[in-house]
Amino acid sequence: MTLTTQPVKTPPAARVRRIGRAAAFAPSWWFAVPALLVYAGVVLYPSIVGVFYAFTDWSGIGEGKSFVGLANFRAILGDEQVMGSLGNTLLLTVVILVVQNGVGLLLALGVHAKLKSRALLRVIFFAPVVVSPVMVAFLWKYVYTPDPSAGLNGLLGLNIDWLGDPSVALWSIAGMVVWQYAGYSMVIFLAGLEGVPKELHEAAMIDGAGTLQRFRYVTWPLLAPALTINLMLSTIGGLKLFDQVFAATNGGPGYATETLSTVLYKQAFVYGKFGYSTAIALVLALFVAAVSLVQVYYLRSREVAQ
Amino acid sequence: MKSRTFLLEIVMIAVAVAFLFPVYALVTLSLKSPDQISQTPLSLPNPPTTANFTEAWSAAALGPSLINSTVITVASLVALIAFGSFAAYFLARTATRLGYGLYILFLLGIVLPFQLGMIPLYELVSDLGLIGTHAGMIIFYTGVQMPFTIFLYTGFIRALPREYASAAQIDGASHLTAFTKVVFPLLRPITGTVLILNAVFIWNDFFTPLLYLGGSGFETIPVSVFAFVGQYVSDYGLVFAGLVLGALPIVAVFLVLQKYVIKGFSSGLKG
Repeated sequence: MTLTTQPVKTPPAARVRRIGRAAAFAPSWWFAVPALLVYAGVVLYPSIVGVFYAFTDWSGIGEGKSFVGLANFRAILGDEQVMGSLGNTLLLTVVILVVQNGVGLLLALGVHAKLKSRALLRVIFFAPVVVSPVMVAFLWKYVYTPDPSAGLNGLLGLNIDWLGDPSVALWSIAGMVVWQYAGYSMVIFLAGLEGVPKELHEAAMIDGAGTLQRFRYVTWPLLAPALTINLMLSTIGGLKLFDQVFAATNGGPGYATETLSTVLYKQAFVYGKFGYSTAIALVLALFVAAVSLVQVYYLRSREVAQ
Repeated sequence: MKSRTFLLEIVMIAVAVAFLFPVYALVTLSLKSPDQISQTPLSLPNPPTTANFTEAWSAAALGPSLINSTVITVASLVALIAFGSFAAYFLARTATRLGYGLYILFLLGIVLPFQLGMIPLYELVSDLGLIGTHAGMIIFYTGVQMPFTIFLYTGFIRALPREYASAAQIDGASHLTAFTKVVFPLLRPITGTVLILNAVFIWNDFFTPLLYLGGSGFETIPVSVFAFVGQYVSDYGLVFAGLVLGALPIVAVFLVLQKYVIKGFSSGLKG
């Protein structure tokens, strides 16, 4: 169904003279106004004010907001809890990024094959995505019970305090996030796989390429756009991770699973340090922005090269 | 070749069974009495009991939460689709610098963590008297999900031929009529995606309603379930019955629409 581009018939002459032919059919700017107003009110304005708050010592009570320059940021550098949470956040993000996308890709390759059960398998692997992360966290709190006869321990015959042992807890959090969102990565990879032309595989097969070679030289390069989106989504999601940690461990034991998001929540709503909390949020925002910029730049250039 | 596919099928089914273990625990425990849970935590419920469900339903006040979640989700979706498609139509069709700048400004919202504006927004919402109201939540979700909605719509509209709308305009239709009568119906596939992605996000969001609705009597499902779990923390049967009831509406919708949901998730994000 191709609409050949007939030169557009002349609209009312006066109008054309006024705004020119190309713009004649472009909708006017007020189409964007309702969306912009809500977005500006809910996101832009508060974020800009937030940047200012990050340089104050506001405690959340009364009008007392005095400008303290970079004091909050200097305090962050010396704050073990925040620096620890920064490390945790980065580690969590990297682990989730690698494992979630690795598992997602394997699942996608599995359910992309001509299996009888593939429709059902897709539904099963994807289902956790639609459930509230807080509820998933509560479910996994039981899966991770230290009781050796119940949960994962009972199933595998282990005796691990998944969420209570500081050296294990962060990995356990990563495990449940991966369980919830591996299906999300799978679906995006699946869309990518379905876009790979069959002819390319057949041609490669005729040339004598084995399964692994076909994956390496045919499928993998063509999955680049899906990979870009997956990596970006899991990075942003990992850096902002809050609900799962809040519900499963609330940052504990000690500070073992504290993330930037849980720390800044506590600084604001437990300790009433609104200025300091917003400074941490600004650090988080800069991290997210920097990482996404690098990813967009690097991954897009990689896509174009193919 | 055949036998390899068969082997893969066996492997994938085994993976799915392992993957479902948490769900097995969820369902079986919700059907067990406390005695059964402590004595035979991993076996099937024998005999199964529905007592947890009736108790959880009333204790967690899930009925009212269900209504709150539905009102907030539906109204936000209507606003997102109306405003978002409208704005995206301008952004996709304009060639002006203003249009490009606006598009970038909207995209910024996808990356920006909401925590940066969290406290100023809380002040704003409370100054306007919108704490504990449906309206406050609806405005919030419309603003917060607008960037993503516009991103999806703009990409789709750019790939759509211009001729449909201009033909209508030559026939004398205004921009507004051309959009509502001609362009919007063509957006149906992406509108489906926008609907699904935003519905899942809004329905499941926990933090914002906790902040803005906590203790107001207008809590949404995740907040009610959170409070309920906190109260009965050691009674797994009861807690899990609450979780099943809380997750059931969205899971049921997913199972009915799963084909479109999965497609929408992937194609929408692929742009």
